[in-house]
Amino acid sequence: MNIHEYQTKDLLKHYEVPVPQGRVVHSDEQAASVAEEIGGSRWVVKAQIHSGGRGKAGGVRIGSSVNEIRAIADEMIGSRLVTHQTGPEGRLVHRVLVEQASTIVREFYLGLVIDRATRRITMIASSEGGVEIEEVAQNTPERIIKEVIDPAVGLLDFQCRKVANKIGLKGALLPQAVKIMKGLYRCMRDSDAVMAEINPLAIIDNGQLLALDAKMSFDDNALYRRPAISELRDFDEEDPKEVEATAHGLNYIALDGDVGCIVNGAGLAMATMDAITLHGGRPANFLDVGGGATPKKVANAFHIVLQDPAVKTILINIFAGINRCDWIATGIIQAMRDQNIKLPIVVRLAGTNVEEGRAILNASKFPFIIANNLDDASAKAVAEVNNITRKVVSLRKEQA
Amino acid sequence: MSVYLNKDSRVIFQGFTGQHATFHAEEAIKMGTNVVGGVTPGKGGTLHLGLPVFDTVEEAVLATGADVSGIFAPPPFAADAIMEAIDAGIKTIVVIADGIPVQDMVHVERYRLGTGAVIIGPNTPGIITPGVGKVGIMPSHIYSPGRIGIVSRSGTLNYEAVAQMSELGLGQSSSIGIGGDPVNGTDFTTVLKAFEEDPETDAVLMIGEIGGPQEVDAARWATKNMRKPLIGYVAGLSAPAGRRMGHAGAIISQESDTATAKIDTMEELGMYVVRNPADIGATVLRAIKMMSPKAVDQR
Repeated sequence: MNIHEYQTKDLLKHYEVPVPQGRVVHSDEQAASVAEEIGGSRWVVKAQIHSGGRGKAGGVRIGSSVNEIRAIADEMIGSRLVTHQTGPEGRLVHRVLVEQASTIVREFYLGLVIDRATRRITMIASSEGGVEIEEVAQNTPERIIKEVIDPAVGLLDFQCRKVANKIGLKGALLPQAVKIMKGLYRCMRDSDAVMAEINPLAIIDNGQLLALDAKMSFDDNALYRRPAISELRDFDEEDPKEVEATAHGLNYIALDGDVGCIVNGAGLAMATMDAITLHGGRPANFLDVGGGATPKKVANAFHIVLQDPAVKTILINIFAGINRCDWIATGIIQAMRDQNIKLPIVVRLAGTNVEEGRAILNASKFPFIIANNLDDASAKAVAEVNNITRKVVSLRKEQA
Repeated sequence: MSVYLNKDSRVIFQGFTGQHATFHAEEAIKMGTNVVGGVTPGKGGTLHLGLPVFDTVEEAVLATGADVSGIFAPPPFAADAIMEAIDAGIKTIVVIADGIPVQDMVHVERYRLGTGAVIIGPNTPGIITPGVGKVGIMPSHIYSPGRIGIVSRSGTLNYEAVAQMSELGLGQSSSIGIGGDPVNGTDFTTVLKAFEEDPETDAVLMIGEIGGPQEVDAARWATKNMRKPLIGYVAGLSAPAGRRMGHAGAIISQESDTATAKIDTMEELGMYVVRNPADIGATVLRAIKMMSPKAVDQR
């Protein structure tokens, strides 16, 4: 789960990580009054959406009068911000963060991740801040400093000093850096975050270190014990189909193709998408119905997949272990009947109760396209889509 | 012989009397697994499926000599159950739970250091050694005894591979699911080592997916250390970056996480690679045929 920048900064404040003075607002009037309240002569207005690359997209702008801040906020709120991460449709900006603008002397990067290789939280720091850390890692890997944290003792002061020293935070900045690093670590640990980063961590003109931008994401599997973090979830930032899927215990991710997929198991779901792609088709989604899928759950899966208007055919690929093909088949029939589905449906069933499942499909009046294996199923689904596309094209030609 | 689970293994289940554990313990017993009892705190001293139930793993190990545990505790309690098994001296711990907080696994891995315990999972279908037994949730009837070792992240994709192999008459020595979580107990390399040393395994199929460096690390290790043929497939060729594809660990965070990058590296390293998931069985067969009959005999 991701949260907004202003929410991350609020969390970090509790851990004594210094952040710029500021507040989130929902209107231009509020933006103006926050700027007045903060005082000073320069402010920054930052669009609050779950995406990186806001600066380049015009989502971070500086103003030097209260009127200017009002105008910027007015322009930003209600607009759609298109970044390299949002897709061409962009994200609607509901709120902006108004902060005191800082004069930056030098920028650093500070982050914590769960490193799969060491199976531990690892601190990553760099003297190259304010740019994407992936770029730094690629172009100048020697400027990436890593420190692995032993969970039994946590992040130790000397480790922070080592890292700070290596990235050039010395003298009076050293104790400040140690405090920020430890704060970030404690915040990550206490909130079950899987990633926390401050980028840039900046030295500003008064000689202090300040977290100018910060980002955290959290472990969905731990939200049950972090109610305060769960509260921060913003459903506006999520695909409504994905939210509905989660509510039904399904795992759905929208993609941009036209072959709808209903599969059991994440690995098989990905492999099914791959098989479709290799046959020249494009999957419309990833969908895992999970184990022990009831007929109702299968019918719900259809409902979600069909909300995507691009879907031209649906491929069902089930290899039942703890699932039952007869339940799956019953769910398919229910969906066909209740949702009045007219699209071609390709079904591949294998594993537990496969004979019963096939019998249920055969006994129905629906013209299912039955496939024998993964290759057959993906070939048939792609052929159906091509067929439909051909028909549409020839129909258009006739009309013309 | 086979890896991690063999005819001498003495198996217990933690969370034994729960609905899922009961079902899968019964299935395991049906296929001949040497199940010696189980643990459910508060139900010690009773019998379940005709086997003794204990309050603690320590007690179960003392009474039964158990050395393998299948953990069916739900995610919030799984880390504690794993550490209890480690503390009691269990050597092979299979963790089925899907959804254990990742920081819990960070602690578990720290606790495990130096104990010699092997944790399979979490979020795994488990281990099966056809003809000997299973600790897991896979449908045992699709597997058959043979000489191919399988190690995979995914459960159902493992079944898919087994079905393709069965059609070509290829059976399995053991099949190990390492699970789909970002922090898991046993990585690909560790399982490859076990298969390389196993006299009943001739070749190994590794089924990976997007996210993390494990597949490539294992492939690099294998190039230097493995004599047996290694066949690799990586799911998620068409997966978008930055999205978690079902499994907590299946996410492309950087270029090296992509299926294409992993498969390309495997190919460069001289492995047999599968690009189309429909070709898994055929590629395994091709790898086996390339082996000299002499090399097979010597093992």
